[in-house]
Amino acid sequence: MSVTQDTATQGVPEPQATAVTIPTLEATPVSQKAPGELFDKTTQAFIYNNQVNAVQRMLDFDFASHRTTPSVAAIINPTGSDSLCKFFFGKREILIPMYRHLEKAAQQHPNVDVMINFASFRSAAASTDEALDLPQIRTVAVIAEGVPERKTKLLTAKARRLGKTIIGPATVGGIKAGCFKIGNTGGTMENIVESKLHRPGSVGFVSKSGGLSNEEYFTIAMNTDGLYEGIAVGGDAYPGSTLLDHLLRFEQIPEIKMLVCLGELGGSGEYDIVRALEEGRITKPLVMWVTGTCSKAFKTEVQFGHAGAKVGSDAETADAKNAALRRAGALVPDSYDDYGELIRQTYQGLVEQGVIVPTPEPEVPVIPLDYAKAVKEGVIRKPASFITTISDDRGEELTYGTMPISQVFEQDLGVGGVLSLLWFKRLLPAYATKFIEMTLMVTADHGPAVSGAHNTIVATRAGKDLVSSVVSGMLTIGPRFGGAVDGAAQMFSDAFDRGLSPQAFVDEMKRKGVNIQGIGHRVKSIHNPDMRVSIINAYVLEHFKKSDLLRYALEVEKITTAKRNNLILNVDGCIGIAFADMLRSEMPKEEADMYIQLGALNGLFVLGRSIGLMGHHLDQKRLKQGLYRHPWDDIAYMLD
Amino acid sequence: MAQKPIREADGMRMIARWLGEYSDGQHTVEDKFVTVTPETDMDTLPLAHEWLVEEKLVVKPDQLIKRRGKNDLVLVNASFDQAKQWIAEKAKAPLTIHGVFDEDGKPLDEGTFGRLSHFLIEPCCTHDPSEECYLAMMATTDGDEILFYHQGGVDVGDVEARAARLAVPVGTFPAASEIERALLGAVPPGRREHLAGFVASLFKLYADLNYTFLEINPIVVTEDAVIPLDLAAKLDSAAAFESGKKWGDIDFPTPFGQTASKEEAFIESLDAKTGASLKLTVLNPEGRVWTMVAGGGASVIFADTITDLGFMDELANYGEYSGDPNEEFTYLYAKTILDLMTRTKHPQGKVLLIGGGIANFTDVANTFKGIIRALREYKIQLQDYRVHIYVRRGGPNYREGLRMMRELGQELNVPIEVYGPETHMTKIVSMALKEAN
Repeated sequence: MSVTQDTATQGVPEPQATAVTIPTLEATPVSQKAPGELFDKTTQAFIYNNQVNAVQRMLDFDFASHRTTPSVAAIINPTGSDSLCKFFFGKREILIPMYRHLEKAAQQHPNVDVMINFASFRSAAASTDEALDLPQIRTVAVIAEGVPERKTKLLTAKARRLGKTIIGPATVGGIKAGCFKIGNTGGTMENIVESKLHRPGSVGFVSKSGGLSNEEYFTIAMNTDGLYEGIAVGGDAYPGSTLLDHLLRFEQIPEIKMLVCLGELGGSGEYDIVRALEEGRITKPLVMWVTGTCSKAFKTEVQFGHAGAKVGSDAETADAKNAALRRAGALVPDSYDDYGELIRQTYQGLVEQGVIVPTPEPEVPVIPLDYAKAVKEGVIRKPASFITTISDDRGEELTYGTMPISQVFEQDLGVGGVLSLLWFKRLLPAYATKFIEMTLMVTADHGPAVSGAHNTIVATRAGKDLVSSVVSGMLTIGPRFGGAVDGAAQMFSDAFDRGLSPQAFVDEMKRKGVNIQGIGHRVKSIHNPDMRVSIINAYVLEHFKKSDLLRYALEVEKITTAKRNNLILNVDGCIGIAFADMLRSEMPKEEADMYIQLGALNGLFVLGRSIGLMGHHLDQKRLKQGLYRHPWDDIAYMLD
Repeated sequence: MAQKPIREADGMRMIARWLGEYSDGQHTVEDKFVTVTPETDMDTLPLAHEWLVEEKLVVKPDQLIKRRGKNDLVLVNASFDQAKQWIAEKAKAPLTIHGVFDEDGKPLDEGTFGRLSHFLIEPCCTHDPSEECYLAMMATTDGDEILFYHQGGVDVGDVEARAARLAVPVGTFPAASEIERALLGAVPPGRREHLAGFVASLFKLYADLNYTFLEINPIVVTEDAVIPLDLAAKLDSAAAFESGKKWGDIDFPTPFGQTASKEEAFIESLDAKTGASLKLTVLNPEGRVWTMVAGGGASVIFADTITDLGFMDELANYGEYSGDPNEEFTYLYAKTILDLMTRTKHPQGKVLLIGGGIANFTDVANTFKGIIRALREYKIQLQDYRVHIYVRRGGPNYREGLRMMRELGQELNVPIEVYGPETHMTKIVSMALKEAN
């Protein structure tokens, strides 16, 4: 580490008592604030554009800084509507209003004097202009990169005329330690505390780059008592406020004892600092480095990351600027490598002179860890409110059970296969999935007159939408309509499991005076069989591994049809009983019974019939059927 | 997003197209020139532009080249056939162009080597040398400045020092009378009025089309006409959304001699595909010090420090990745650099600096994943070419990222030294260079 001769001999200048020439920018002092100050502990800002993460980060910083009021008064969301948004303020939740129009927000919050503008490069100029027009707004930070230079210059001229300050464009903003944070400056809360940004130190820092500000704040925290205020003016060629503007502001703030500045090649802003040093307008020790000394290694003109970082003439090179600053009395290291060390030496000098008296570290409030972050770091756990075991949409591919959706199609599982995966958590064999599809096919519809279809039609004709109309029909499914599928399965398997002979079962039901579910048809009979039943019976008897229950039911049918020829096993009974057979073939009896208890067979009927109900809804709509009114003559009015 | 130079033809075309509108029809510039590129069919060109075979011509390259005259790159008073032959000859092979000359016209710099591809042909404007003037408009901190000198042409000399200047505050437009008073004192009285009107209108065009620089030298001023002959200009590329329609179909050419290598072009194509930023300039493919630095600001500082510590000649590349590129992009970026640095062996081995400051919100471990994938792939080459890797980074999840890097070093049996924010950002540069020596 070596400090060049002229800076070493000059050492740390004594603070001068002479009046400091106040530049144009500060010509009108910010109302009610100490000279040079843009922010204090009560400063509140508008956030332009709905940047919820930035707002939360500002509020977290507020909490760590022991602020009593949030630094965000309102969000301006030009594409939203007036509403309230919920945020954390420490451990509690608060509501922050959102406005569509800046003007209204200003009326509602007359104390707000800062706007942090997250508008895009297209609209940032217009919204900044609007903010400058509001008498109460004193400072606007413009985050967007790519605002046309002419627009920025117009805004800058206007701000100067009005004695206001623009920070940016193309910046992360800045931070006044322990006081006020612009948007996303300072990074994570962990970094803010590690860089001691939650309480003030003695260093005023200003740079072009916002991306490097975290690095510099940390360097300052490691080598001094910390930052007082840090500003990134942004990488544009003509920033709204310059490095010098902020250095002169810092010069006026008594708490700031030393200045640190990071310039860059391109432009001439650093020469304004040289002049200010020569004219004695900067008296506090200034550690400064201009980046871009590598440009001499490049044969042709190189555009670095920032718009302004481009060398137009020899004077704009980093080497020339560093040399000029060194001559004017700034403390300039030989290389960035020594920057931190020079900051440390300068600080130590001020401590030895008694200019800075280090204060004990204040307590850092525990900032509640963000839940998502804590989970990621594995330092928190919480019982889940919900559990699922049938599907997973989080990975690369949706899975039904553990089977990726692509395989469902590769194996051509069909609706029956999908249903078996999602309902019974296993892939049932082909005979079973085909049977499931058969049941859906036979239960899909039973004409317009049954209660479900009828209700759907009436609701449709009353102008209701598909879901309402279908639900209206669906809600009639129960013990008297469609319920026989489930009832028959339960009744027959109960009798079978108790070892009752078919005759004993029929007798028992007769004794109890209970109709056997799944037996009997309005028109079909033993001589005029229901084709649906014949098809399913034939399939079950041919393909099922076990069909005990269906065979038992057919024995029962023999007894009942002997009494009356329409007491046949109907389609509901046949499906229900055969389904129970299928489940018992593919899983332990207890599990099969459980699915029936859980309502799987009702589900089967609901699922199948919903096809028909939707058909009726679409049919009625297509036919443009008007409101249905039941005729008086079909109702017996018997009021007496 | 910055001030970017445009081709002379594009600047001429814009003035010809719009000056009439900005002067209420008072001033016009003829749209009489053609651009010749490798795709141009020279034989059919005169069918669309009859004047090419009817008039004497001026031909010059249009590739942001300064001092074309001194480099013998302006053909005057030529027939179309001569022009054709001249272009064919100049475009045939790469050549060296110089930027600095002594009084006798001898080049003083080593020059830039490159190939000529774009030419401008215009009619030869016969005029008296005394009619040549100099006019420039350029952006300043508070607005713009108009420079005028009553002499012009290639031998005008230090015009910056001699020209009359008029500062124009942003948002204002100087009246012709003001221009006449402030700038045109040395112009013969008979020519002042219409020249003042021309400059006032041109400034309106310049401002409204978001120019940041416009230099016309010479601009020929006669009793009744103003004719721009040679033009150089820059636009604020950030204003494309405002002025793009008036700009028309333009490109922002890379300066003469700066043709991207295959690898640079590949990174540029990646950059265009993502919202993140990926940049690569190869400075010296034989260099021993390679960088892979996160962040626009930090990458410059790393390159600075290498230069400041005297390793300018060993600095192989400049580049940066930022804005949270995903794993695939960081993988491809890292792979490109690893491929470049393992082509030629060096007895003392090579150094790779995987650097960066303390990130704002980029997950450090995530961005390292892509780099680690590439390093694994190049395990053998890294050992073979004796690559010593230094890592320095901070920010969200950096501990995990650094741990991954440390473990990788053991896994690959490649020296990887890993440092966090507690180590000054560029410390790894001095450590690496000390080791490299």
